[in-house]
Amino acid sequence: MSANLPWFSRNAVALGAVALAVGALAACSSSSSSSSTGSAAATGSASSSSSSGPITIGASLSLTGDFSADGQAYKQGYNLWVKDVNAAGGILGRQVKLTILDDQSDPNQVVTNYQTLINTDHVDLTFGPFSSLLTAPASAVAARNGYAFVEGAGGAPTVFDTQSNEADHNVFDVSLPVADEFLPFVDYIASLGAAKDKTLTAAYPSANDPFAIPPVQLAQAKLSALGVKTVYSKVFPEETSSYKPAADQVAAAKPDIVVLGSTDVPTVSSFMSEFAQDHFTPQLFIAAAGPDQGAAFTKAVGAGNATGMMVPDGWYPGYANATSKKMVSEYVAQYGGTASGVNADIAEAYSVGQVVNQAITAVGSVNNAKIISYLHSGVTLQSVQGAVKFDALGENASSDAFVFQWQDSGKNFDQVLPVGATGSVPIIATKPAWQS
Amino acid sequence: MAREITQAIVDGVLIGGVYALMAVGLTLIFGVLDIINIAQGVLVILGAYLSYSLFTKAHIDPFIGLLITIPAMFVIGVFIHWAFISRLRGTERTSMTLLVTYAVGLIIEGILFKIYGADDVQINPRYVNSSVRIFGFYVGWVYIWGFILAVVLVAVVYALLYRTRFGRSVRAVMQDETAARLVGISVNKVAALTFGIGVAVTAAGGEVFGLTNAFNANSGYDLISRLLSIIILGGMGSVGGALGASVFMLTLESVVTIWQPNWAVAVYYAALVIVLVYRPTGLFGRKAVRAQ
Repeated sequence: MSANLPWFSRNAVALGAVALAVGALAACSSSSSSSSTGSAAATGSASSSSSSGPITIGASLSLTGDFSADGQAYKQGYNLWVKDVNAAGGILGRQVKLTILDDQSDPNQVVTNYQTLINTDHVDLTFGPFSSLLTAPASAVAARNGYAFVEGAGGAPTVFDTQSNEADHNVFDVSLPVADEFLPFVDYIASLGAAKDKTLTAAYPSANDPFAIPPVQLAQAKLSALGVKTVYSKVFPEETSSYKPAADQVAAAKPDIVVLGSTDVPTVSSFMSEFAQDHFTPQLFIAAAGPDQGAAFTKAVGAGNATGMMVPDGWYPGYANATSKKMVSEYVAQYGGTASGVNADIAEAYSVGQVVNQAITAVGSVNNAKIISYLHSGVTLQSVQGAVKFDALGENASSDAFVFQWQDSGKNFDQVLPVGATGSVPIIATKPAWQS
Repeated sequence: MAREITQAIVDGVLIGGVYALMAVGLTLIFGVLDIINIAQGVLVILGAYLSYSLFTKAHIDPFIGLLITIPAMFVIGVFIHWAFISRLRGTERTSMTLLVTYAVGLIIEGILFKIYGADDVQINPRYVNSSVRIFGFYVGWVYIWGFILAVVLVAVVYALLYRTRFGRSVRAVMQDETAARLVGISVNKVAALTFGIGVAVTAAGGEVFGLTNAFNANSGYDLISRLLSIIILGGMGSVGGALGASVFMLTLESVVTIWQPNWAVAVYYAALVIVLVYRPTGLFGRKAVRAQ
């Protein structure tokens, strides 16, 4: 019977089967998140909105693609904030509805998503995406439409130096500016003394990413000025076939210090694994991102090998801040795991919501122009990451840079730098040898 | 400098072995079915997750686990062919299969995400960081075993194609599907088995990829463009060509990394274009393969 069907009918059967399967999967995915994310509602615009009904907020996140691990964590952070703020009665007596679209970690898709959120869904406000790579183009869309663009993961200079932000000043990053994030580490090396510094060598491999390159370059310039000799400094493509050749070259140079411009766990874990195979353990190993991913990092690299690994950040799960502790306990209650395994992305996303909440409350509306003006007024706001105060370009001038280190066989993720700062514990000054 | 170049060549050959494991199935499927399996990258990740689950849940060594994952992937491959591929007919079948295999990849990716979440994982047996010193270079055991596995699997697939009755049927289908039908070969059966074998071989690629890289459900996207370029360079349908092209391309990329890592990917694809200009059928072109 089927043999007599025309070819297009057979193709239609196959395509139909595929469409059904994809559709079922999509329905399954959306139903699991719809209760927390809500749906889009055309309730307002950048300059005026209805004063009744829910406050609608739109965000694009990398739920799939290269940044999906971070994007999913951001989704959890945003949703946790929405749950908390609605449980507390909402903002200005209005509930909050959050719409999240998937940008597939694609700079083109993120632009499309914000155009959809602003021009089709007419959300009242926008929250930022994950990564500097996506924040820069997304913020231009928000600027064109007069929207404030509060975000937590676009700290690279390329985000603030855009024409749109220099003209409209609409970007606000609640987190630590990334260019400065290695400075506590540089200060630590300086504290070892000039004589010691001149005996040290360092390697600076970095992914070709706006998040990774600026802090690595600044660290290299400052460490070189201290007398630390550079033995390797190269940028590798973010999507490379293998990190093995670059890692082997670093290992062959045998630097005392490795400053890795990484963007995710796979980059760091690959370098660690190759170093272990090369029987090379740097004295100090700090990575721009990856070790901050909590349990995801220790599971990938092995808890024992995590010991001594450092990462700069503005927040950690043990941060002595009442709202941070509350958020961590709520996160563990909702998503499981342990406090030390909570990802810094959660706090960054949650902080975005907190800052926007305070701005809306202060100006008494969701008027984006008023919110932009208020956030540039020099006011100091509070978040789970600490104080937030924006400079003229929207960088958080109040953020403190810390360096965290995995200790006790990967059980604890401790603040170690700046030395002597509240909450800092002694640094593991010599990384233990890799475990085989 | 000589030492650095030697190290880069060793790295390229070893990484090439890993990529060959991932590409062999893709080229086999194309050679027989004229299907470019866009789901190949996701199938690699599926193989990696199967090995990961056996290792973390049942404490089965990833290499031993291949005795389970290869048959499991074979069944999955046969199912994919039966459910989606075999139903496509007509002049636009090849372009339709692009769409269908892409959708199959999305389905598998979605299922993996539902099961494993978004966090990166890695297969971490005790020996994953072990290495042996050969001529002054440390070489990871994982890469050595991966390369041996690649050579063995290519040899097995080659033997299957050229030393068995089934292989003769496969080659007959490769040369002329209509003629193969006329001499009594069950083309559908051969196609299903070949698709299954192609996917089964990918289990080994996924296992070694998971031992040498952290991965998540989305990691397949970064793989597919490279795997396609490898099978194009090797000659689409050439099993040995996949191994040769993998080693060539990854060695080239590794050597370029010595001077300018950021140019490695561009040189990789530039080399592909240059080779195809002078040899459009790839290093082990399709005509030559089918004439064997």
